[in-house]
Amino acid sequence: MFGYYAQLGLRSLRRNPVLTALMVMAIGFGVAASMITYAVFRAISGDPMPWKSAQLFVPQVDNWGPQSHGPDNEPPDMLGYVDATALMNAHAAQRQVATYPISFPVQPADAAVTPFSVDGYATYADFFGMFEVPFRYGSGWSAADDQRHADSVVISSRLNDELFGGANSVGREIRLDDRSYRIVGVMQHWDPHPRFYDVANDNAFAAAADFYLPFTRAIDLKTETNGHSNCNGHAGIGWDGMLRGQCTWISLWVELPDAAALQNYRSFLQGYAAEQQRSGRFPWAPNIRLRNLTQWLDHEQVVPQESKVALLLGLGFLAVCLINTVGLLLAKFMRRASEIGVRRALGAARREIYLQFLVEAGAVGCAGGVLGLLLTGIGVLGVGLVFEPDIARLARLDLSLVGLTLLVAIGATLVAAFYPTWRAARVQPAWQLKAG
Amino acid sequence: MNMPIRPILSALGHHKAGAVLIVLQIALTLAIVCNALFIISQRIEHVARPTGIDEAEILVVANEWIGKPPAERIDALMTTDLAILRQLPGVADAYASNATPLGGNGRAMGLNYTPDQVNATTRATVYFADEHALATLGVKLVAGRNFRADEIGRVTAHDALAPPAIIVSRELAAKMFPNASALGKQVYMYTTPSTIVGVVEKLQGSFVGGFADEWSERSLLVPHRLDAPNGYYVVRVRPGQLDAVAAMVAKALYAANGKRVIERVSGVQRFSEIRSTAYARDIGMAILMGVISVVLLAITAAGIVGLTSFWVGQRRRQIGVRRALGATRNDILGYFLTENLLISLGGVVLGVLLAISLNLWMVTHEEMARLSLAYLSIGVLTLLLLGQGAVLAPALRASRVSPVEATRSV
Repeated sequence: MFGYYAQLGLRSLRRNPVLTALMVMAIGFGVAASMITYAVFRAISGDPMPWKSAQLFVPQVDNWGPQSHGPDNEPPDMLGYVDATALMNAHAAQRQVATYPISFPVQPADAAVTPFSVDGYATYADFFGMFEVPFRYGSGWSAADDQRHADSVVISSRLNDELFGGANSVGREIRLDDRSYRIVGVMQHWDPHPRFYDVANDNAFAAAADFYLPFTRAIDLKTETNGHSNCNGHAGIGWDGMLRGQCTWISLWVELPDAAALQNYRSFLQGYAAEQQRSGRFPWAPNIRLRNLTQWLDHEQVVPQESKVALLLGLGFLAVCLINTVGLLLAKFMRRASEIGVRRALGAARREIYLQFLVEAGAVGCAGGVLGLLLTGIGVLGVGLVFEPDIARLARLDLSLVGLTLLVAIGATLVAAFYPTWRAARVQPAWQLKAG
Repeated sequence: MNMPIRPILSALGHHKAGAVLIVLQIALTLAIVCNALFIISQRIEHVARPTGIDEAEILVVANEWIGKPPAERIDALMTTDLAILRQLPGVADAYASNATPLGGNGRAMGLNYTPDQVNATTRATVYFADEHALATLGVKLVAGRNFRADEIGRVTAHDALAPPAIIVSRELAAKMFPNASALGKQVYMYTTPSTIVGVVEKLQGSFVGGFADEWSERSLLVPHRLDAPNGYYVVRVRPGQLDAVAAMVAKALYAANGKRVIERVSGVQRFSEIRSTAYARDIGMAILMGVISVVLLAITAAGIVGLTSFWVGQRRRQIGVRRALGATRNDILGYFLTENLLISLGGVVLGVLLAISLNLWMVTHEEMARLSLAYLSIGVLTLLLLGQGAVLAPALRASRVSPVEATRSV
């Protein structure tokens, strides 16, 4: 029976090519608009480490005081050097890393290649274990390297390809800003997005970083942050002021595997802030925050407004296209009232009419889905015209998006077909036969 | 045209479902198109803000010295570079700075009237400059004077910024001293005062993000050279020399000293490139909204054509009867146009409500501005005209139904 209905459906679709084309186009455009905006939204709003995000926390300590904040009394979103190193040295969490973005010129061994700049991070040994960084060669450096301010460096596979042709470069030297560093590890491609550990510097969607070296060493070299440094009042004169003053430019992350650890760390942090108040360093009541990864991304408003509005409008677009389809299907089905009347008079049950018309609608949905897929593909390619390159590079047409596109197209068409089909099935055979 | 509305309404009662669908479609389309138009206009307004500089003749070179030379060395290197730049054929003038308008990075400082003020009066973008800056940028001095060569000092990245003289944008002058001339007045960045010696007509800040909107036109120039490993050379070319200078400038600097990085792709930028990078998001959003609106209007029009055609087909016999009873072609045409107008009116009323709710949602959740009435009116008019346009073809077809149809069975 199904095959017969499919045949009937195709014949009917061919009979009104314009109406059919209109429906297919409406569904195609509607699905494509929502899928393209969804692809972008999905790419940037996800949890970069869903298996671990509930165990990674960002401690904040207020080093500016209540008169510097709005009514929510929100502390700065980064830490100053004094607080960051104090919290690092306390080792109150299972793992902790202080991080800030840096940029260095690379001087390739081949003097014919002009030096170029690369972006990286100054961080601690725990970074690689805490964020589960995959390595192609070697590994991260050790806590002892942090202690002795070692010239160790971890590089990205991209930089390794460019400088060493992809060979195992562990143990070799790399010249960064006129100094030699020893390569201890080469990462596999690692580019979590959003780049949760550096959203405070608006680097959530920047291209993957190329090198990582010990924080302690970067500070010895008076390496400036390549991100924001927010200073309050008259602090921060000279490099020493940058370290001792109240400029905030360092992100701290701690790993707290369970509720007990979280509880302990929270009271530790509270105690730390209280201690600063007692010592007179911060003459205000302790004001701390401890957000986990997803709360942090939410707080920092990582998903840009553009993307949310675009998704909303994309869905609205799909809704209009569906209403349009309902209308066109209604017109199409009701035009065949007499045919339905004849079929019903010849003994077809309502169920059969339902089936016949849903199959026909399904065919329209399939065609709309294919068109939608095509348009989504074009749209994802062209998404760079509309969104920033950093974000556009993340949106891609993968198998799950293909599946979702077809599913949404067919599902939506069947939903849209429900009312017209119900109307068709209610056709009174006697009335139609008389009128015919 | 004098059309009796009551029979049209009662006829509409016979195909409620179709009419409701068109009403819904028009309402949703109106809500989306109004808001999209509004977003487009806001973005365009944002992008259209002038920088105050002669954008067409400006090149920006991003330079980084390798190996952290000491400040004195950097200063000497920069002096050499600037001499080379100013002598290049095609170059009119040049200066060194930490940032450019729309450049996206730079320094913002709070300005105070007194050294112990707790909350700054306003934030302002700080540009390092020398006596060549005004001529290079092409900004217009409206009061006071330019910096003198003997005023230009040297600072390093973390020095307290306390220049004896500063030049401010008119916008900043008006914010700090709304009731008097700012010239000769003192402001504080740290604990030592700076005297305003000049006011320029307009000089936009380097940040384009929403956080900087309030103070985006408030900028100041300090007579200092920043001896830091990273910096920019702002180069003004003679008319028509932009491409020629862009092609050779990096080479000329490398020839003087190779221990530096000027990135191949982004190291030398025409100001137009800086502008398009800065506003990529705004332009992109405007394009997206434009495409969505156009396609949506097309689909809504197609939907109206489809349903009206169906109604015309369904009612051929009734139309024939009306024609046989004396109705003119214009009566039939008017009937369908009026019917569509009634449906569309229902749609736009609902649509206006939807548009306002959608906007209010975005105002509370996405920090958008309130939709202005102008966009609602444009949207309403567009959809009413769209409806009439879409219904015209099927209505004309209906008007050509011959009275003979009355005698035929369907």
